[in-house]
Amino acid sequence: MADITTPALGESVTEATVARWAKKPGDSVRKDEILVELETDKVSLEVASPTDGVLSEVAAEEGATVTPGALLGRVTNGAAAAAPVEKPAATVVAVKPEPAPTPPSPSPSPVMAPSAQRIATENNLDPAAIAGSGKDGRITKGDALAALETRANVPAPPATPAGTREVHAREERVRMTRLRQTIARRLKEAQTNAAMLTTFNEVDMSAVMAARAHYKDAFERRHGVKLGFMGFFVKAVVAALKQIPDVNAEIDGADIIYKNYYDIGVAVGTERGLVVPVLRDADALSLAGVEKAIGDLGRKARDGTLALEDLQGGTFTISNGGVYGSLMSTPILNAPQSGILGMHKIQDRPVAVGGQVVIRPMMYLALSYDHRVVDGQGAVTFLVAVKDAIEDPQRLLLDI
Amino acid sequence: MATYDVVIIGGGPGGYNAAIRAGQLGLKAAVVEKGPTLGGTCLNVGCMPSKALLHASEMFDAAANHFAELGIEAVAKLNLPQMMKQKADSVGALTKGIEFLFKKNKVDWIKGAGKLAGPGRVEVTAANGSLSSLEAKNIVIASGSEPSPLPGVAVDQQRIVDSTGALSLPEVPKSLIVIGAGVIGLELGSVWRRLGAEVTVVEFLDRITPGMDAEVAKTFQRALTKQGMAFKLASKVTGALASETDVSLTVEPVAGGAAETMAADYVLLAVGRRPFTEGLGLDSVGIMPDRRGFIETDHWKTSAPGVWAIGDVTLGPMLAHKAEEEAVACIETIAGKAGHADLRLIPSVVYTVPEVAWVGQTEEELKAAGRAYKVGKFPFSANSRAKINHETEGFVKVLADPATDEVLGVHMIGPSVSEMIGECCLAMAFKAASEDIARICHPHPTRSEALRQAAMGVEGWTMQA
Repeated sequence: MADITTPALGESVTEATVARWAKKPGDSVRKDEILVELETDKVSLEVASPTDGVLSEVAAEEGATVTPGALLGRVTNGAAAAAPVEKPAATVVAVKPEPAPTPPSPSPSPVMAPSAQRIATENNLDPAAIAGSGKDGRITKGDALAALETRANVPAPPATPAGTREVHAREERVRMTRLRQTIARRLKEAQTNAAMLTTFNEVDMSAVMAARAHYKDAFERRHGVKLGFMGFFVKAVVAALKQIPDVNAEIDGADIIYKNYYDIGVAVGTERGLVVPVLRDADALSLAGVEKAIGDLGRKARDGTLALEDLQGGTFTISNGGVYGSLMSTPILNAPQSGILGMHKIQDRPVAVGGQVVIRPMMYLALSYDHRVVDGQGAVTFLVAVKDAIEDPQRLLLDI
Repeated sequence: MATYDVVIIGGGPGGYNAAIRAGQLGLKAAVVEKGPTLGGTCLNVGCMPSKALLHASEMFDAAANHFAELGIEAVAKLNLPQMMKQKADSVGALTKGIEFLFKKNKVDWIKGAGKLAGPGRVEVTAANGSLSSLEAKNIVIASGSEPSPLPGVAVDQQRIVDSTGALSLPEVPKSLIVIGAGVIGLELGSVWRRLGAEVTVVEFLDRITPGMDAEVAKTFQRALTKQGMAFKLASKVTGALASETDVSLTVEPVAGGAAETMAADYVLLAVGRRPFTEGLGLDSVGIMPDRRGFIETDHWKTSAPGVWAIGDVTLGPMLAHKAEEEAVACIETIAGKAGHADLRLIPSVVYTVPEVAWVGQTEEELKAAGRAYKVGKFPFSANSRAKINHETEGFVKVLADPATDEVLGVHMIGPSVSEMIGECCLAMAFKAASEDIARICHPHPTRSEALRQAAMGVEGWTMQA
């Protein structure tokens, strides 16, 4: 007989929820067959049977919270009851990382008062997200209580049991997945912590669309990947970030950290929620390199095979609500980043060009930014730089 | 003429600590001290000699009255000259220690009375009357304070003494009247009561030790009364007549009514202290002390450029450790560093038995400010170490904010609390919550556990009472 235990969940992850049992007690299983799926704040993972046999016991029902080493269930060897005890280690087959919208902060954990430590541990608060008011930024009990209160305003915080409101006849109560809870918490934290506001502009897509129409086939023949719009936007954003480094920076305590690398998160919708895989060193990639990398990440996201490191540490994010038809929106920052670009639907609109009304394929652009780091002039200049580069892509070539 | 980065007027705890810090930071510094030794009031005629007598008299009291219950049979016999000598020896050694620290940090000790003589100049009058002049980029006034007088009560240092005279009485008084139930009066009153004097304390207010948390003060008064100290509160001394052998005092109720006469061998006048600014030449740089004689400063900067002031001559509690705190902050500011002193975190201590110590706000102050607070209290009668040592009088009280649990004040009366208050200052400087103190391990068995238990009490989980 083999115990199926909860595997190690990765750095800084202390518990998981049993999402789904693939087998019922009494079902026969083969070695390496998936038994149960676990979900954490960051990833979901599947636990497979270490041996051929019969699932004899389910110790942790769906919805239960488990910690590493906790018993999930038992598999009895099909044949002899007296068969030797198998190695009790369960194997993790596939890591199906699910993105936290915010990568874990790389900064060392802040110094906390003993009381603050207790509050954070009991309530699953992320110490890195608590602003410390004590000596040298230490986190006091008051700070931890304030952070707790802030989080209490977020729907369904992770440590809170299911809500208590009565469910009426034509309503349905569904437990938020850990991923959804994390998204909810992080989004609310971004809104609470940053001085967030949005600036808008519009861009004439004629030039990019013309280039695309003209070189589509040649590009695909040469690079084996389609020429899309995203490549242009990533290159335009990198150029603008170089011009306005504040937008690529983040606040850490009383300091600002400027990043001299350009890891661009590209938001991708999946059926489980929004995922933001990160395009590393986007400044070093060619247009084709960007398109290729985006294609790979998007495919991994839809297949659920993104690795944790694909999701961590972006310096800026691009979100394209246009694929769903959005004409205009105000994206929420991907903390601790200080800027996010919202792309939207391309729509033919009459615009005035040289005193004439002409029809042009237009897109609204939105930049949400953290006003604590980025001032208004920087934000507007950034967005104008993106607009100029898209309207006249040769600027990217000439680096102007 | 000698030129200095900093010339400090006064060699007390403010002045000598300023000088040492200046030396450490590479500033050329001098201290002008008019007394024959360094250390100021604190070392020569204040904290240090009074603690020497408090310790010795406490030992005498223990030997005379408490050894028997511990199973020690001894006959305690007072040798007052020896008690005074050991006090003088300790004080002498300590003043020599400061001289050594001056040498170590290359600080010049200029003997004489210092006086401002216009911007950047200090004039020194030596004991023999000779004059010299110092040039200074910065002048720090650390001239301290002196006992306040009381109209109608002329201190002669024979029968009517101030705190200085009370440290060197030639005999144990049969009776001693202390005017003023403040810290100094109660400490020195305790010394002579333990050595055998009948001590009566006359106080203008209707309570002792103003500024102390009222609940603590009440417990304190009860403890002192039990020891044999008598209190006459809400009473005003309007006159004193000294003869060769005794003093007769005229005392009136503050509320009005008939005056009465009280007699005693000796009278100790201890109605507080006042800043010492006389003859400092403040007008030569345009500094005007306030109505009560204090020099007003903004972060130790006076109204005159290049002139600074610290310690008892400035506003705030007149305590050696306050002056020391300001000395460091002032010199660091002069040296271009981030000098900082938080006057809200200056602890107060009374070195009697039981001791009293506190830091932060009292219940009365919090109420007056309309601030909500929670209370945690723990009696020493439930503390094992205090119990074992037969020192169960007193308690620890922790006051904390009801929302953030931040400690707002700690008030202690009991054994060795003077050594426990530093922990509370540290906690408050770090904005600790009562729960932080409650969750930090304290050694067992010690009196410091009473603090932890009191801290637990703020949130209702005191475990050992």
